[in-house]
Amino acid sequence: MIKIYVPKDSSARAMGADDVADAITAEAAAQNVSVQIIRNGSRGLAWLEPLVEVETAKGRIAFGPVEAADAKALVKSGFKEAGALCLGLTEELPFLKNQERLTFSRCGITDPTSISDYIALGGFAGLKKSLALKGSEIVAEVINSGLRGRGGAGFPTGIKWKTVHDATASQKYVCCNADEGDSGTFADRMVMEGDPFMLIEGMTIAGIACGATEGLIYIRSEYPDAINTMKDAIRIATSAKWLGQNIQGTEHSFSLEVRRGAGAYICGEETSMLESLEGKRGMVRPKPPIPALQGLFGKPTIINNVLSFAAVPYILAEGSEAYKNYGMGRSRGTLPFQLAGNIKHGGLVEKAFGITLRQLIEDFGGGTATGRPVRAVQVGGPLGSYLPVSQLDLPMDYEIFAANGAMVGHGGLVVFDETVDMARQARFAMEFCAIESCGKCTPCRIGSTRGVETIDRIVAGIEREKNLLLLDDLCQTMTDGSLCAMGGLTPMPVQSAVKYFPEDFDRPVKMEAAE
Amino acid sequence: MFVLLSLAMSKKRNLIDLRTPKHDAASRIALRYDNKPDALLEILHDLQHEMGYVPEDALPVLAKALNISRAEVHGVVTFYHDFRRKPAGRHVVKVCKAEACQSMAGNELAAAVENSLKIRFGETTSDGAITLEAVYCLGLCASAPAILVDERPVGRVTLKKFKALAAELAS
Repeated sequence: MIKIYVPKDSSARAMGADDVADAITAEAAAQNVSVQIIRNGSRGLAWLEPLVEVETAKGRIAFGPVEAADAKALVKSGFKEAGALCLGLTEELPFLKNQERLTFSRCGITDPTSISDYIALGGFAGLKKSLALKGSEIVAEVINSGLRGRGGAGFPTGIKWKTVHDATASQKYVCCNADEGDSGTFADRMVMEGDPFMLIEGMTIAGIACGATEGLIYIRSEYPDAINTMKDAIRIATSAKWLGQNIQGTEHSFSLEVRRGAGAYICGEETSMLESLEGKRGMVRPKPPIPALQGLFGKPTIINNVLSFAAVPYILAEGSEAYKNYGMGRSRGTLPFQLAGNIKHGGLVEKAFGITLRQLIEDFGGGTATGRPVRAVQVGGPLGSYLPVSQLDLPMDYEIFAANGAMVGHGGLVVFDETVDMARQARFAMEFCAIESCGKCTPCRIGSTRGVETIDRIVAGIEREKNLLLLDDLCQTMTDGSLCAMGGLTPMPVQSAVKYFPEDFDRPVKMEAAE
Repeated sequence: MFVLLSLAMSKKRNLIDLRTPKHDAASRIALRYDNKPDALLEILHDLQHEMGYVPEDALPVLAKALNISRAEVHGVVTFYHDFRRKPAGRHVVKVCKAEACQSMAGNELAAAVENSLKIRFGETTSDGAITLEAVYCLGLCASAPAILVDERPVGRVTLKKFKALAAELAS
């Protein structure tokens, strides 16, 4: 029997993986070949999806990108290590081999909802250790690892946990922010679709650490596959006693529930997410009080991003020193970077902090998909700066990026080629803020609309100098006066576009536009 | 003419007949979540899944069931982009208009999709087959431009690929 892996990650399904799996099944039946098809997570090589693998004595051999029409020939050849689609041993593919996968060590290898696969590949080792530790010991381990919030803000995770641990309350909560709304990011989705037990394990450890018995995962509705996989995994983990009452026979209990978002980008902001979890409009709450002390239903709440929780099982299993040994400066460990947009080899690259943008885009990414020169890279989502080619040698490090007016954010890189109109991108940043603003504070609610109008005037050549000054002033007001990062950071893409690509704001006005 | 008229009349009757079940669905779904007010989004999702939209009649029913004000329910329904207040087509196509898709000519695709369906975003085709909606990121940023057809993701969409899909959905 031939063991064949066809990913069911949505990036593979989006390229026809379901049809490929069906076609291989049908062809195998027609040719009387015995096959077992396993729907695994994605290895993160998006340009090769659907990346079909076959198990051999030497290891897993990859084929990609496979189309349903290729099934016949593949089955006929017995998935021999040859042919145009054959990529050789999966583990030897340079894109994978050159990574440092701690969080993504299992993703794409296993059937995501097979708990035995998970355990066989080291799953629940961190939780097992945690069950024997005191809450404060777990917190100390996470603090020592240097792990910082992977959602983008980069706040030390362990310190947050300590605040919740030290708080006294009748009920505490653990909330996972899986409202991965930033364009150019998909690592959270890949974790939830490809290795959901890891997130469950990380959240359970957080619950044990701070004394919370209930957890919620807030997943955006745009991720139907992730929602379904997480729900399945929670059900499976609960029946295997890795969740629920008296986990593995210990005194610790922790239950998990999935909550769906409803298409509001702002709910990725933690206080807005809490409102949404309480069944309300996603209006941002002023801070203080911080959610660690007064979070969900006013109770102490740990809120972390998917990747922060996902990093925890490794830290507990291998020790904080092992994790801390990766990285540079105060940015410790690894970050799953996401190469997106106009890029030849897009996908997931987990590397230690310190790798440069150029290494990511050129060495891993292979340049643009269109083959034209790179002109701009937006790092850290819609609220991140647009960086020009001259900045590509910046190492990925929270402090160095901040010092250069940019942010690492959630590690998403959106590459644009030379055809990009940066004035249009700046306008979109304001437009997006206007669409997604919760409306609570004036700089964000009104400023974004005025921003769109001002950029329109600049592009139309109406009092350019004056309006550029006005735009700058408006950005300053939004930065200083907004309640949260939505309005506060929208100026980053706008001002970086004006700063690095001034020529795009100073183009001759087209006749029809001027009339 | 007469046929058309009677058809219109029967539709009208149907509308009246449907009023009670609409209330039933809302109460039934709310009960599924123990009438807990924090589950309002889940309830609205389930209701929309069942009815295709969130009917106006359901709002006071939900308010009563969850013991919150009608204004609060209205506030939630109108805050979130997902909730529709009128019926959608048989299929909902969400086209990503965020940056990663823009970098791969997503804006141009979005415009071409509008032209090919002869509708704008937020509208439904005249045959009731497709409702077109904008979405900001599907997490398929390395397979841009991307769309979501009901719950099925589609990557590296071209106008040709889209037209073939649309024809399939219309049939």
